[in-house]
Amino acid sequence: MDIKTKALLKSPWVFHLSTGSCNNCDIEVLDCLTPRFDIERFGMILAGSIKHADVLLVTGSCNRQSAIRLKRLYEQVSKPVFVVAIGECSLSRGMFIHSYNCPVPLDKIIPVDVYIPGCPPKPEAIIAGVVKMIEKVKAADKAKKK
Amino acid sequence: MVLSHLYFLVIFGFLLTGCIGLLASWIDRKVTARVQYRVGPPILQPFLDIIKLLGKETLMPAGASKVTFFLAPALGVSGVILASTLLWLNVLNTQETFIGDLIVVIYLLTIPSLSLIIGGFASRNPLASLGASREMKLILSYELPFILALLVPVIHSGLTIKLGGILNYQAQNGIILNSVSGFIAWAVVMLCIQAKLGLVPFDIAEAETEITSGPLIEYSGPALALFKLMKSMLLFTLPFFVMIMFLGGLNWEGIHLLWGFLKYIGLVALITVIRNTNPRVRIDHAVRFFWGPMTLLAVLAIFLAVKGY
Repeated sequence: MDIKTKALLKSPWVFHLSTGSCNNCDIEVLDCLTPRFDIERFGMILAGSIKHADVLLVTGSCNRQSAIRLKRLYEQVSKPVFVVAIGECSLSRGMFIHSYNCPVPLDKIIPVDVYIPGCPPKPEAIIAGVVKMIEKVKAADKAKKK
Repeated sequence: MVLSHLYFLVIFGFLLTGCIGLLASWIDRKVTARVQYRVGPPILQPFLDIIKLLGKETLMPAGASKVTFFLAPALGVSGVILASTLLWLNVLNTQETFIGDLIVVIYLLTIPSLSLIIGGFASRNPLASLGASREMKLILSYELPFILALLVPVIHSGLTIKLGGILNYQAQNGIILNSVSGFIAWAVVMLCIQAKLGLVPFDIAEAETEITSGPLIEYSGPALALFKLMKSMLLFTLPFFVMIMFLGGLNWEGIHLLWGFLKYIGLVALITVIRNTNPRVRIDHAVRFFWGPMTLLAVLAIFLAVKGY
């Protein structure tokens, strides 16, 4: 693994992006920053601007209005970037699956690296999901070497 | 001659200042975490952040001025490097530099703030312009009490505007902080430094929750890494400057070096504690605070210093 990827995995700055969620997932994301969970141990901090982000935490059901904005925001992140879909809504649109306003799930709009199910997922689940993402990147790097 | 100065610029001005600054920013984050009953990041975290940012893609906002946008962080870093080199030269040998280097250092220390303003306005983002204009108001407010308070050590050491002269005076007559006027001036300078570093309660220009990191909003990749490095280096240079002006600088002989280190860490911890126990003030409050009570205190300190207290 080269030093760039190594450093990226040790300090992933997260940006928290809501595409029309009910705010439950967003509150659980913020819970990760509290003293009980403290994700700054792993070098994660909440980035204020999308251009500083390495990981996009996307919540919500991607309605017609926010899907366009989501695409535009994804284009504005400096690559390499990982996308984490949090909550049932962003995974499969949840209870809005038959809604006229939610045409496609998140992974049909932008590439998604990790899915974290739950309505809302616990902070433990979110941390476990991010750890899985890190392991996935490491495994992909090993496979590339072989 | 030129080669030895280049050596000072690279080894002391850049490498040593950068490393100590990044470690100090770790201390800052760790103390913040402990104040909030958290564990906090590992010790190499600031270094990893910089390396990661160097490896990321650089984006330029459409319609921004390319040269100004990318020169601004380089300008800021070079300002800090020059200032810290002058400080190191004085600490290593008090006879090394020239008369009036105090004025040069004060001048160089405003360049980082200026670079933030230039970068913010060049990035063609409304929030960045807002942050830059706030930074400009903040400079106008804190420079006056800062310079007035720095006059106190100058008066104490017999009107010398050479950093080496102030250090020599303190080596013979005890540190300036021990006098009444010195203590008042030190308190004023510490609060001005808080604003210079852009930390709470004076992080109005970069308010993360309000205007999403202000002038830095459009920066990404290596340019952002330079700005982060500049902030970390300022976190070394400014407390070091206070140490030279008020606390007798750094003594290289044996156990005194440890004492100097403790002084520096104490100053950083004090800055961090101020940052963690205060809410952000509004820009008009900040201007009123610096032009009102702080300037009055600085003038009082000058008056007391002239009287010999």
